[in-house]
Amino acid sequence: MTAASSSEADTFPKLLVGLAGTRPHAPAYREKEYGIWQTYDWAHVAAQVNRLAAGLVDLGFARGERLIVIGDNRPRLYWAMAAVQSLGGVPVPVYQDSVTEELAYVVDHAGARYAIAENQEQIDKLLEIQKSVPSLATLIYDDARGLRYYQGLLSYDEVLERGAKRLQVSPGLVADEVAKGRGGDDAIMLYTSGTTGRPKGAVLSHDNLVWAAKAGAEFDGLKAGDELLSYLPMAWVGDHLFSYAQGHVVGLVVNCPESAATVLTDLREIGPTYYFAPPRVLENLITQVMIRMEDASVLKRRLFQYFMALARTVGPALIDGRPVGPLDRLLYRLGDLLVYGPLKNTLGMSRVRVAYTAGEAVGPEIFNFYRSLGVNMKQLYGQTEASVFVTIHPDGEVYSDTVGKPVSKVELRIAESGEVLYRSPGVFKEYFKNPQATSDTKTEDGWVHTGDAGYLDERGHLKIIDRAKDVGKLNDGTLFAPKFIENKLKFFPHINEAVTFGHGRDFVAAFVNIDMVAVGDWAERRNIAYASYQELAAHPAVCDLIQQEIERVNRDLAHDPRMAGAQIRRFLILHKALEADDGELTRTNKVRRGFIGERYKVLVDALYSGARDVHIKVDMTFEDGRKGTIEGDVAIRDLVPQHAMPLEQAS
Amino acid sequence: MASRQRLFNEILLSVENISLSFGGVKALSDISFDIMKGEIRAIIGPNGAGKSSMLNCINGFYHPQQGAITYKGVKRSRMRPHEAAEQGIARTFQNIALFRGMSTLDNIMTGRNLRMKTGLFWQALRVGPAAREEIEHRKTVERIIDFLEIQHIRKVPVGQLPYGLQKRVELGRALAAEPELLLLDEPMAGMNLEEKQDMCRFVLDVNDEFGTTICLIEHDMGVVMDISDRVVVLDYGKKIGDGVPDTVKTDRAVIEAYLGVSH
Repeated sequence: MTAASSSEADTFPKLLVGLAGTRPHAPAYREKEYGIWQTYDWAHVAAQVNRLAAGLVDLGFARGERLIVIGDNRPRLYWAMAAVQSLGGVPVPVYQDSVTEELAYVVDHAGARYAIAENQEQIDKLLEIQKSVPSLATLIYDDARGLRYYQGLLSYDEVLERGAKRLQVSPGLVADEVAKGRGGDDAIMLYTSGTTGRPKGAVLSHDNLVWAAKAGAEFDGLKAGDELLSYLPMAWVGDHLFSYAQGHVVGLVVNCPESAATVLTDLREIGPTYYFAPPRVLENLITQVMIRMEDASVLKRRLFQYFMALARTVGPALIDGRPVGPLDRLLYRLGDLLVYGPLKNTLGMSRVRVAYTAGEAVGPEIFNFYRSLGVNMKQLYGQTEASVFVTIHPDGEVYSDTVGKPVSKVELRIAESGEVLYRSPGVFKEYFKNPQATSDTKTEDGWVHTGDAGYLDERGHLKIIDRAKDVGKLNDGTLFAPKFIENKLKFFPHINEAVTFGHGRDFVAAFVNIDMVAVGDWAERRNIAYASYQELAAHPAVCDLIQQEIERVNRDLAHDPRMAGAQIRRFLILHKALEADDGELTRTNKVRRGFIGERYKVLVDALYSGARDVHIKVDMTFEDGRKGTIEGDVAIRDLVPQHAMPLEQAS
Repeated sequence: MASRQRLFNEILLSVENISLSFGGVKALSDISFDIMKGEIRAIIGPNGAGKSSMLNCINGFYHPQQGAITYKGVKRSRMRPHEAAEQGIARTFQNIALFRGMSTLDNIMTGRNLRMKTGLFWQALRVGPAAREEIEHRKTVERIIDFLEIQHIRKVPVGQLPYGLQKRVELGRALAAEPELLLLDEPMAGMNLEEKQDMCRFVLDVNDEFGTTICLIEHDMGVVMDISDRVVVLDYGKKIGDGVPDTVKTDRAVIEAYLGVSH
C-alpha cells in the first residue's frame, strides 16, 4: 500500500466502521426468516460485530488466533468473521457439508481453539471432533434448536451478552484492537480441496482481498447498494470475495436465502443486480425453463421459439453495442415485452447488471442463452490463491470460448509447458504450515502456477484448455487436451460423460456415456424400445445420434489450428454408466482417466487395433452395494476427420 | 444426545377401564393407562389391535360404552372432537387428511381456526382487527414452517407434494393449534428410512422445544423403542403390556403377540 492510501481503511473491520459512519442506515444484510426479509443496516452490523468481538475477548480470544466458521450463509456468521478480524484473528470458514473426518483435519491443522456453528448438525460434528482434537475448546452455536440437553456449549447470544458487559466497563475495547490491524495482516484462511492429497489452507491478507474487491468492482462498475444473493458456500473464495470483501469495500447489500431449497424463490424476490452462478446452476435453470415450455400452450410455445431464435441472433449484439438493424431492434423490443422480460423476471434476473460464471467450462449454448435475453453474463477465471480475480470478460468483449482479459495489475505468463502463471497484488501469502506446497506453487518473485494449461489468443483473451498435468501429445506432436474435448462432448445433452485417449497414440479415441434421461426421452419419441441402459447404449440409432454429435465437435476442433489434429477418429459407447461406486468417477463426479484406461484396457486396445466390435466383461457395484458382473458386445465406430484446416503440422 | 430416561410427575390424561364395541365386535376391552405431562407415549400392537380406536376415543371421535377418560383432572364421559380440540388435543391421521388444493401455508393456517377471535364480518373484509389477527396467526404459522423446514413448499398446493412432505404438513397443521396433547396416528407409515429419521427428529424436537405431550401409534419397532418414554401394547383389544421400552421389549406376552404364537 502506498503512503497516500494507508490513511484509508486497509482492513475489513476498519471498512465496516467506515460504512457504519457514512451509510449507517443503508441496508447491509438481509435474511429471509419466517417468510419475511429482515433487513440489517450498517450501524446495526457494526454494533453487533463490536459486541461479539468483545464477547470473544471475554472468552480469551487472542490476536492471530484462528476460529472455525461453519454453516449456511447467514448474516450472523458473516458478522462473526468481522468480529474475529476486529481482534486481529483469522476466521476459517469451512464447507458446511464436509464430513466429520475432513473437518477434523482442518480444525486440527488450523489449530483452532474456537468454532462458531450454525446449528445442531454442525455442533454434532464438532463435538465428535473434540474427542480427537482436544485443542478445540470453545463451541458457539447460533440456532439453539435441538441443543437443549447439550452440555458445555455457548450460544451466540450469550457471547453477545458477555460482550455487552465488557463494553460497559471499557467501551473502546474492540475499537483499540481494530486500530492495531494492518493491511498486511492475515485476513482469512480458506482450505482448498485439491484433487490429490490433503486440503491446503491458503492464507489471504487484508491487502490481497481489498485489492481484489476493488479491482473487480472497478472492472465492472459496482456501486454501493448493489444487491447480491449469497447462496454459495461461505468456505468458497468466490463467496468470500463477493459477499464479504466486496460487501465491505463497495457497500453491497448481501442477501441470505431462507434455506438451500428456496434459493430460486429468494432470487426472484430479491432481483439481485450482481449475480454469480456456476455453470451447473445456469444449466439447471435452463432445463427447468425448457420443461415448463414443453407444458405450455401451443401459442406460448410458438412465441417462445420465435423470439428465442431472434434473441440468439440479435441479443448478444445489442448487449455488446454492435450495430443492429431497426426492424430487429423493434422485434427485440417486442420480444422483451412478451418473452424475455417475463422470463428474466421468473429467473430473478430482471435487474442483473453484472453476472459471472466460473469454476468449470460453460457450454456456449448455455452461456449465450442468458446473453441473448439481455443478461450481462460474463466468464471469469480465478483461484483461491489469486483472491479470485485473474481474468474477466470486459464489456463488449464476451466470447464463450475464452475467460476474458487480465484484470488491471494482473500479469500473465504462459510457461514453456503451456501452463498459465499469474502475478498480482491479490496473490496469497502462503499455505498455512506448508512451506513446501507454498514454494511449489508460488515462485520467489511472486508468480503463481495455476496448474491449468492455456494460451492467450490474438484478441488478448486467455483461453483455458485443460489441467496442465493432463495435457499430452499425439505421436505426431499434436497437442492433446482431453478435458477440453470431453467438455465439448458433454455440452450435448445426450452425452453424460466422455473419456478421451490420445497421449502417446496416433489419434484421439473416445468412450462415451449416454445420458439416460435425455437419450431415453429421445428414444421414446422415436418408438425405440429398450429395457436397460446397456440395451439403449448399444442401439445403432443411438450410436448414429452420438456420431453426429461427435462430428460436430470435430468440425469445431477443425476451426482451431492448435486442435485440428486432435479430432476424435474412433469412438464407442460404454455398456455401463461410469460410477463413483466403481471407482470410475471421483465423489465430485470427475472422471478418473487413468483408472478407466486400465479397467477397460480391452476396449482401449480395440479402439487402437482397428476392431469393429469387442466383447467386454467387468465387475460392477449395484446401488444396494451388491457386486456383480456386466458383460456385452460394444460396437466401435470410425469417423472421417473434418478437413477444415490442414492436419499436418497442426501444432 | 441427552438420555431419554426422564421423570414425569403429573398425569395429563388417564384412561380407565375403557371398553368399546361395534355391534358384536369388541374393539377395546377394559383398557387402562395414563399419559404423563411432557412424555412421549407410544401405543403399539399388531393390525386390528385397537390402536386407532383408542386414539379415536381420546380425541372424542368414538364414545366408549364403558369407562372414563380423565383429561387435565376433569373426568368426561362424552366429548365431541371439536371440544377435545378446544381443550388442547390435536391429531394427525393415518391417511393424510389435508386440503389437497390448498397451499402448505393455508393448510397450516386452518390449524389456527379455533384460535381466531374476530367475527366473520371483519374476516371477510380483511381489515382492522381481522388483519391484525391474521398477521399474528401468520407469525405462528411461519414459526412452524421454519421449525419443520418446509419453507420451500410454503406456496405449493399439498396435492403436488410427495407423501413424506404431506405428513410433515399435517404435523404442522396439528402444531398450529398449539396443542397440549398431540396424537399422531402412524406418523412414519410408508416412509423411507431417511424420511423416518427426519420425522423422528421432528417428533423429538416438538416434545423438547414446545413441551408438547405426544401419544403416537407406530408400527416400526425401532422407531418406537428409540423415541418413546413409555409404551402401551394392545392385542385384540386388550392391553398386554405397559412400561418403558426396555421392559416391554423383553415381555413374553408382547413377543408372542408380535411373533404370532397361536392363541
